[in-house]
Amino acid sequence: MSPVLAGVLQLLALIGALALAYVPVGNYMAKVYDSRKHLRVEKWIYKAIGANPDTEMTWPAYLRGVLAFSAVSVLFLYLLQRLQGVLPGSMGFSSVNPAQSFNTAVSFVTNTNWQSYYGEQTMGHVVQTAGLAVQNFVSAAVGIAVAVALVRGFARSRTGELGNFWADLVRGTLRILVPGAAIAAIVLVACGAIQNFSGIHEVGQFMGGSQQWNGGAVASQEAIKELGTNGGGYFNANSAHPFENPTPFTNLFEIFLILVIPFSLTRTFGVMVGSVKQGYAILATMFTIWLGFVALMMWTEFAHHGPALQAAGAAMEGKETRFGVGASSIFAVSTTLTSTGAVDSFHSSFTGLGGGITMLGMMLGEIAPGGTGSGLYGMLIMAVIAVFIAGLMVGRTPEYLGKKIGGREMKLAACYILITPALVLVFTAASMALPTPPHSMLNSGAHGFSEVLYAFTSASNNNGSAFAGLNANTDWYNTMTGLAMLLGRFLPMVFVLALAGSLAEQKPVPVTAGTLRTEKPLFTGLLVGAILIITGLTYFPALALGPLAEGLAS
Amino acid sequence: MTTRMDKQEDSMSTATPTRAPHSDVPTGHKPAEGRVGAGLFDPKALVKSLPDAFRKLDPRVMVKSPVMFVVWIGSVLTTVFSFQHASDWFGWTISAWLWLTVIFANLAEAVAEGRGKAQADTLRKAKTDTVARRLLADGTSEEQVAGTELTIGDLVVCEAGDVIPGDGDVVEGVASVDESAITGESAPVIRESGGDRCAVTGGTKVLSDRIVIKITTKPGETFIDRMINLVEGAARQKTPNEIALNILLASLTIVFLLAVVTLPPFANYAGTHLTMVVLVALLVCLIPTTIGALLSAIGIAGMDRLVQRNVLAMSGRAVEAAGDVSTLLLDKTGTITLGNRQAAEFVPVRGTTEAEAADAAQLSSLADETPEGRSIVVLAKEKYGLRERHQGELAGAEWIEFTAQTRMSGVDVDGRKIRKGATASVIAWVEEQGGTVAEDADATASRISEAGGTPLLVAVHDDKGARVLGVIYLKDVVKDGMRERFEELRRMGIKTVMITGDNPLTAKAIAEEAGVDDFLAEATPEDKMALIKREQAGGKLVAMTGDGTNDAPALAQADVGVAMNTGTSAAKEAGNMVDLDSNPTKLIEIVEIGKQLLITRGALTTFSIANDVAKYFAIIPALFAAVYPGLDKLNIMQLSSPDSAILSAVIFNALIIIALVPLSLKGVQYRPMSADKMLRRNLGIYGIGGLIAPFIGIKLIDLLISLIPGIG
Repeated sequence: MSPVLAGVLQLLALIGALALAYVPVGNYMAKVYDSRKHLRVEKWIYKAIGANPDTEMTWPAYLRGVLAFSAVSVLFLYLLQRLQGVLPGSMGFSSVNPAQSFNTAVSFVTNTNWQSYYGEQTMGHVVQTAGLAVQNFVSAAVGIAVAVALVRGFARSRTGELGNFWADLVRGTLRILVPGAAIAAIVLVACGAIQNFSGIHEVGQFMGGSQQWNGGAVASQEAIKELGTNGGGYFNANSAHPFENPTPFTNLFEIFLILVIPFSLTRTFGVMVGSVKQGYAILATMFTIWLGFVALMMWTEFAHHGPALQAAGAAMEGKETRFGVGASSIFAVSTTLTSTGAVDSFHSSFTGLGGGITMLGMMLGEIAPGGTGSGLYGMLIMAVIAVFIAGLMVGRTPEYLGKKIGGREMKLAACYILITPALVLVFTAASMALPTPPHSMLNSGAHGFSEVLYAFTSASNNNGSAFAGLNANTDWYNTMTGLAMLLGRFLPMVFVLALAGSLAEQKPVPVTAGTLRTEKPLFTGLLVGAILIITGLTYFPALALGPLAEGLAS
Repeated sequence: MTTRMDKQEDSMSTATPTRAPHSDVPTGHKPAEGRVGAGLFDPKALVKSLPDAFRKLDPRVMVKSPVMFVVWIGSVLTTVFSFQHASDWFGWTISAWLWLTVIFANLAEAVAEGRGKAQADTLRKAKTDTVARRLLADGTSEEQVAGTELTIGDLVVCEAGDVIPGDGDVVEGVASVDESAITGESAPVIRESGGDRCAVTGGTKVLSDRIVIKITTKPGETFIDRMINLVEGAARQKTPNEIALNILLASLTIVFLLAVVTLPPFANYAGTHLTMVVLVALLVCLIPTTIGALLSAIGIAGMDRLVQRNVLAMSGRAVEAAGDVSTLLLDKTGTITLGNRQAAEFVPVRGTTEAEAADAAQLSSLADETPEGRSIVVLAKEKYGLRERHQGELAGAEWIEFTAQTRMSGVDVDGRKIRKGATASVIAWVEEQGGTVAEDADATASRISEAGGTPLLVAVHDDKGARVLGVIYLKDVVKDGMRERFEELRRMGIKTVMITGDNPLTAKAIAEEAGVDDFLAEATPEDKMALIKREQAGGKLVAMTGDGTNDAPALAQADVGVAMNTGTSAAKEAGNMVDLDSNPTKLIEIVEIGKQLLITRGALTTFSIANDVAKYFAIIPALFAAVYPGLDKLNIMQLSSPDSAILSAVIFNALIIIALVPLSLKGVQYRPMSADKMLRRNLGIYGIGGLIAPFIGIKLIDLLISLIPGIG
């Protein structure tokens, strides 16, 4: 079987599995967030944190919940790393320095999981399990909660109420992510991923010398790392490491885990707004972009332009032989079009254009299908903008899902789309303009620029994957990427929740023959176009000087 | 209105219309001609508006349009740069074209405003200083004061030849008034105290008789003052949708500003230095200048299209709301049906032929000058071939004219007495003559009533005695093309509700015939108000017309309330539009104009954004192909040189504004169709077109530039 055919077959299997999961997973999540009952364990948690899960929150209250919870999480994670040296179960690792602790704390709370450290050489069992793994769950749950609040904004009328943040957070964690990750972890263990609390092993090498390998609760971490679109690996090699991702099957399974919640959330959205067709339209938009990117990536990676690659027969540098070009391409696109950032191959080693595709995926705002929750709300914001332009073309002031898009709504949506480009471009420009930061680059020329651009694109969009080469463990990069992650995560949430509040207060506009039909393929096409033109074009000059210059050079 | 009309209502209506039909008003556009889109654009207007375009370069004016203000700042920067590098032809050329871009944008606005100015000048002539004859407290003696000194509540006297000094209501007398200064309609109208026809407008002229007017408006705020402000655009405020669109455009501008200002460090790293001129050129090409330049012109032109149809919108907000309307309340009389009932059929009683009945009906109606009477004569001629006879033709005939008291007309000739009229009157007459009324006459009359028509009886008294010959079926005639019109509205997602004072049976019959979606029978102003509130509670926007004082609350409540100019000042105050032609059918056109305005905005926004793709492909390789030769592969237009590529993009960007001025003034072509079809069509033209057009345009400009020696 040719590698191309193998890649295509794996792609089809993946799409089939996602299609099978779509309705049950989506419906289940809708049921979870519409539920009125509390599990016993949930009641204990509400009691412990002193929250009343049955009170409805307006958007400022909901936002306060999000921010307070996240602030406490950052602080806790920061202290845990700073105190690692004196904590038991730390495998002898010392405390992490302040800049890196800040960076890592922010990184995991913002669902970015950017890692400026080597997992197996820095973090002990306690930090990994009690700190990072917990954030893998709750940061994903926060994302879904905000998305659900926005969906409620569309679904509800004449009320400012968006649900209860604490209930959404706890339910998302306990009823969706924990069971999902448990099942996934068992599958991974069954396929060979490790799950233990053993220490560091000295292993002899074939060529002489020795190597240190450590164990850990890897499979469980791996499951939620993908399911919650987190991406922070237990090991530095991330999902390329055989302990994390042992076989081609686990590789495909991990891609499935990355995509299943973001795609299925469109179903949840459809159910909650009372029209599954609207969910399908959003799904179609996400799927079109994702599939287009996969196709483009496979094409550029299989074409292996350039003499070295042609001599080798494939663009295999930086890719695992057990996965091959096809599966690595699917993984790379899926991880950068979601906010995952896990990697099973090294994006820096992709062809110039391939590296550009991973960057463009993040630059689109990670909305196809995007992170858990953040993908849906990012896409809905783009839909609001597309509706605004297209709605005018049918001769009505724009409306989406029965809600008018007026000045206030537009202001919030416009602020949302401004944030990440501003963060990416300003931080990158500052890094390029200041004398010291560029020294972190491994390469010179266009590829060196790509390393910096990639770092801030990844941080600002809360992706977390890295374009290997850049030494990001400097005070400058630790601090600046930390800021980019913080602002890139929480500023958009402010606008999303404000928008949700504004939408929920409106009375609905009835659908007539004069209404723009947002469930039709035409609108999907328009939305894809708007995303590519409005978001994509922002980065065109920057991309031209990095991956395009490199990719078109040969 | 004439007394003739009153007589007819007394005599024949089985129901009371909510208001008298506007038969003194031209019927306006026939439905088939009612398409919007035929705006006027005169290229000479561009030249005429040039001085205004330059005046608008004032930064205090420019700052109102954020996109064009950025271009303005860019032009200043490149000009300063060019002074520092005086020998650089490229800097000067770019500066020149950037200034042209700003001027073109100002020109678009100036041309749009210019059309209103001409109208305002005409209105000003009507507003010459008048001397008012103010009545003193004793109620008889008068004093002469300047029209501008009148205050609310003053009583003034106007006699034939006087210009009415201010807006007010007639409190005493009847007069015919020439309102051509405002409406352009030369036929005089009657204004009288009391009722719905008491409002007079300052600047109009009394032609006959004497009236006493109570002033209702402060000087400077009269109808004519407001009209001048409106058509000149002095009172123009940004509409909600315009504000929202401006926010989107501003945010796109900021995004592209970020993309451009962060470029120099990237470029320095790549080993090339970008000049200020090049950066500004890139920025101006990327920000949505096309829509930014034309946005205000589109809004002004939309209002202007209404003015051209003699509709004054008191706010741009109302025009926008018109596009969103999903329920139209239409008065039956004058809007859906012709003002008058017309004879549709002669139904003979048993023992009489149709021809006999028709003949008698015609003879008895010759002395009836009401529209209904005329329609009987016309029907007899068209359907039964009975030549119209003139009263003089029949020697010895004694004509009995129609009066409101007898409610009958007829003729006594050759020993025959023929009468036709309201059922009760004719039955009374037959019985008085000693005859009996055939049973089936009564039955037929009831049937006609039930079907929504009005029955008239025709009776004769001859040698066979007095008896009823037949029944004339008078029906409300639905205007030509209304059914199709409502069908179109339905396709556009607009529900039509017919408002009538008729009983539910009659209303239902007419509603079915006209094809409206719903009707409100025996409508009182309260019912109307309740209906509007009900629709609005469901999230719908409601449009209606009205002219009476009792319509005022509903007009104020409706999202689009069009007051008829013939209406009371209370109605005109309450509505947010005034139709100077007082033609209620125009409501449909108003909705179409509102939609057209929004479509034009959306289409040009889409076009503007889609344009960016091509500009990137022109400029990026021009900037960086020198350091990264691979990027020349992006130069898919094969532009001749980097300078020429950038210049071509800037020139295209400027010229496209001028090229689209006519479109923004006329509005994009609008045909009623479903949202789906409309989106497909407009997205095809302006979206796909917007992607492709600049590739062609920039290439052509580049070809021309490359012909200039020393550049290409």
